[in-house]
Amino acid sequence: MLTEFGRVLIFLIVGALFVAIGLVTAWLLRPHRPYPSKLSTYECGESPIGDTRIRFNIRFYVVALVFLIFDVEVVFLFPWATVYKGLGWFALIEMAVFLVILLVGYAYAWRNGDLDWDKPSPAVPQYEHGVGVHSSSIQDEIEV
Amino acid sequence: MTAPEILTIVKERFGDAVVDAKTEGVLDPFIVVKPETVAEIATFLRDDERMKFDSLMCLSGMDYTGGKLGVVYHLDSIALTHKITLKVQVTVDQPHVASVARVWHCADWHEREAFDLFGIVFDGHPDLRRILLPDDWEGHPLRKDYQVPTFYNGMKVPY
Amino acid sequence: MGLLDQRFENSNVFVTSMDALLNWARLSSLWGMQFGLACCAIEMMATGASHYDFDRFGTFFRGSPRQSDVMIVAGTVTLKMASRVRKLYDQMSEPRYVISMGSCSNCGGPYWEHGYHVLKGVDRVIPVDVYVPGCPPRPEALMEGLMKLQEKVRRESLAKGVKV
Repeated sequence: MLTEFGRVLIFLIVGALFVAIGLVTAWLLRPHRPYPSKLSTYECGESPIGDTRIRFNIRFYVVALVFLIFDVEVVFLFPWATVYKGLGWFALIEMAVFLVILLVGYAYAWRNGDLDWDKPSPAVPQYEHGVGVHSSSIQDEIEV
Repeated sequence: MTAPEILTIVKERFGDAVVDAKTEGVLDPFIVVKPETVAEIATFLRDDERMKFDSLMCLSGMDYTGGKLGVVYHLDSIALTHKITLKVQVTVDQPHVASVARVWHCADWHEREAFDLFGIVFDGHPDLRRILLPDDWEGHPLRKDYQVPTFYNGMKVPY
Repeated sequence: MGLLDQRFENSNVFVTSMDALLNWARLSSLWGMQFGLACCAIEMMATGASHYDFDRFGTFFRGSPRQSDVMIVAGTVTLKMASRVRKLYDQMSEPRYVISMGSCSNCGGPYWEHGYHVLKGVDRVIPVDVYVPGCPPRPEALMEGLMKLQEKVRRESLAKGVKV
């Protein structure tokens, strides 16, 4: 009586209800007594200093973009895999060509340095005089 | 090198800066110098080939009662394995001492502690502010005439 | 929103049943906030480790006050730290409890006489539910303190007059 899609719909509705009932019950039962100190931003007990928005490495965006492209490639692989049994050699060669084209793109991105992570260069403190100045007797054995 | 030899070398280089000294018959031989000359003497003691005091073991503040404060520097040489103590004496009205933070970097926080707890001001220190007590604390607790406050920011301090 | 929060004047069978359920749920999963300040923190860690296990009470340590039910103040509270303790207690959400562990947070401990920088007892800034004596208290003592807190939670009620 129910189609396959109908079963999936029931599944979705039950899942949503499960979550909703839990959240709503908690919302009804818990105490709600806000005051300014409670609502302040958590900063290990101190009053918050500075803005929450900070600069972050642009590499995150680049990696996400490259991931998206190859994720779509995998999405194309799934339906091909389900019907592969009855299709024979032609399907295999066609998919291999598709993968090779994307592999060329991957090699380009790799070679171009798009997959490298920019490490910050740490500022090493320069001292004029180090600790443990060597005396003449041990200077022959140990390199400074 | 023994302590009397160190004293001789320091005296011949910085004659009038040496106020007092006791290098015989004590466990910890010390040289008392003038407060404003400490940085210069410290640089000499660190760099001179015969001395090479490359390690400041400890920098402590002192309160000799009667309005007199002081600083004690324990120096050690890792290369030449000898030790000496430098002392400096100032008054409560004029508690200024030259800073050795640029000579030995560990003195940075040691001097902040001496400032925090005794009120000794180190001239030439890169960042002299309280280190152990809260920034808005009043008074210098390790002085002998310190009175514990009754309230701090609304909290009762005594038992 | 607190549909049931402090809305009942007298007890009735609904209230007592809800009490039993809610209190059982709360005492069986008291999530603690890591608040080790000094030496008592070592004993708190020992209590949380495998020999004397805290996890069998449903207690494990959370880093944030927003996710914790009980704050175990373990160690000396200095005046510099006291304002932060107050702020972190404020940032915990109800129902919240405090266990004061060790002499220093109970009453100032060994610093009661000469400690110019020590707060003589954390109950001068936050309300404390259970005091665990000791310097430091043995892990068994801290567990007894937690069990006493569980007894206290078991006695709470939705009816008015019994505050969380």
